[in-house]
Amino acid sequence: MDILLKTENLTLSFNGKNILYKLNLVIKKGIIHAIIGPNGAGKSTLASTIMGLEGFRNFEGEIYFEDKPIKNLGIYERASLGITLGWQEPARYEGLKVYQFIKACAKNKDKNSIIEALNIVGIDYNEYHLRAVDKSLSGGERKKIELASIVAMQPKLVILDEPDSGIDVASLKNIFAAIKYLHEKGATIILITHSLEVLKQAEYASLLCNGTILDEGRVSKIRKYFEGKCMPCPHKNIPLIAEIEKEFK
Amino acid sequence: MNEDILIEAANLKDVVHDPNVARLIIDKDKVLSSNLVKGIELFPEEIKDGVKVKLVVKEAEIIEKPIHLCFGITEESALQNIIMDVDVKKNASVSLLAHCVFPVAKNITHKMDAKIHVGENAHYSYFERHIHSKTGGITVLPKTNVILESGARFKTEFELIKGRVGLIDIDIQTKCKSNSIMEVTSRINGTDNDSIIIKETGYLEGENSRGVLTSRVAVRDDAKAEVYNKIVATGSHSRGHVDCKEVVQDNAQASATPIVEVKNPTAHVTHEASIGSVDSKQLETLMSRGLTEDAAVELIIQGLLS
Repeated sequence: MDILLKTENLTLSFNGKNILYKLNLVIKKGIIHAIIGPNGAGKSTLASTIMGLEGFRNFEGEIYFEDKPIKNLGIYERASLGITLGWQEPARYEGLKVYQFIKACAKNKDKNSIIEALNIVGIDYNEYHLRAVDKSLSGGERKKIELASIVAMQPKLVILDEPDSGIDVASLKNIFAAIKYLHEKGATIILITHSLEVLKQAEYASLLCNGTILDEGRVSKIRKYFEGKCMPCPHKNIPLIAEIEKEFK
Repeated sequence: MNEDILIEAANLKDVVHDPNVARLIIDKDKVLSSNLVKGIELFPEEIKDGVKVKLVVKEAEIIEKPIHLCFGITEESALQNIIMDVDVKKNASVSLLAHCVFPVAKNITHKMDAKIHVGENAHYSYFERHIHSKTGGITVLPKTNVILESGARFKTEFELIKGRVGLIDIDIQTKCKSNSIMEVTSRINGTDNDSIIIKETGYLEGENSRGVLTSRVAVRDDAKAEVYNKIVATGSHSRGHVDCKEVVQDNAQASATPIVEVKNPTAHVTHEASIGSVDSKQLETLMSRGLTEDAAVELIIQGLLS
């Protein structure tokens, strides 16, 4: 299977502390790949670094997308290649209507495409299109609308950071339906999660701990780390880099 | 001819053909046309460099369709003085849409001096939209004094988001008697060397009076904005809120001065103000969907000012 995204010795430090350390990750084209790990493992930092957000570009190593290095590309350029990110806590936009937001993000800007994108996440166009994407919407509603904007964009690589965050049980079905839809349309999906339910949506998974991939494989294998509270190694949440390196040599 | 220009620029084609919609169309100091409906009295009087307008909404009359006022100038250079005297009688209800249209302005001054009296339990809503030329050269000086009687509701919105601002100096003061409600909102988009001054003041004098002052301003290039929002609460159990948000890009400058005075221990007034560039998460989300930075900023500002 072709490789869509690859990180090579990705190292990112803040104030002298390695948040990501020599991280080597391979994401194959067309799969749903989960990145799991405990809080503070570096999952969201990895998502931000792949997307090229401000403050996450000054890293060592390289990121390749479709075999091309993207280290020097900004967010817009990376999005133009087909990479996008769904935030754990979506932004609020005072006054910006749902319809305007989805249309701005959409590849096809006709009304039917916008209605369809909203339908996929369980949002009724007639009820919501004139509402603002602001604090008048619940966190779950904004999460679904953000996902609709990703559906409308038709990206090649979708990174979803904690897609179940702030979502009730009923709405979780909509989120999973949207992930399935994106996958069926050919998108590759990275699910950043520490939820077993979200992990089950993936085909392949990597275990991230202290900024480094500790293990990877089929979900059936990696999910066992949940049962062991995510800990494959004796150093709990804070393994020393040297120990990790030693372990994986 | 001039009326057609104003009707076109203010998008009033449907309005002028509807006999059930009250309207008044003014070009500089000339009344071009008007229409009355049951329940209102309108007395326009041409004066030197302007027009004096007296509007009365009779007691208990509910005016279903908004009254359209068009204050336009079809010349490049002119002075226009509008003196407004609005009296909404007890239990009446009316809304006004004012279109201030200066499509070819190069050196225009538009002055408005308005007195508004909203009677007991009456409702008055006023939406003023400015459509300016793209060349600037416009000075807009609206000054408004409002008195709300007991139980009255007053809502006003000022919008200037199309064309160049030029210089605008808004000054609106509202006195609220018992159980009355005021909502004052300004939305202005400044570019180039535009200068924006907003002074909104609310006096919550009556028991249980309520008031919100809201300002939304975006300035780019070398534009400047100064916003002064003031609420003085003396009425018992009065409630007020000041909300100012200004987005600053390029070399633009903005300031916000919220003043809150509470002179009654049962009153409560809050304020919030933010000035700065567009929110980075908003910007990065839109850019991660393929919008350029400029397009993302434009969309965020468009939302803020909508």
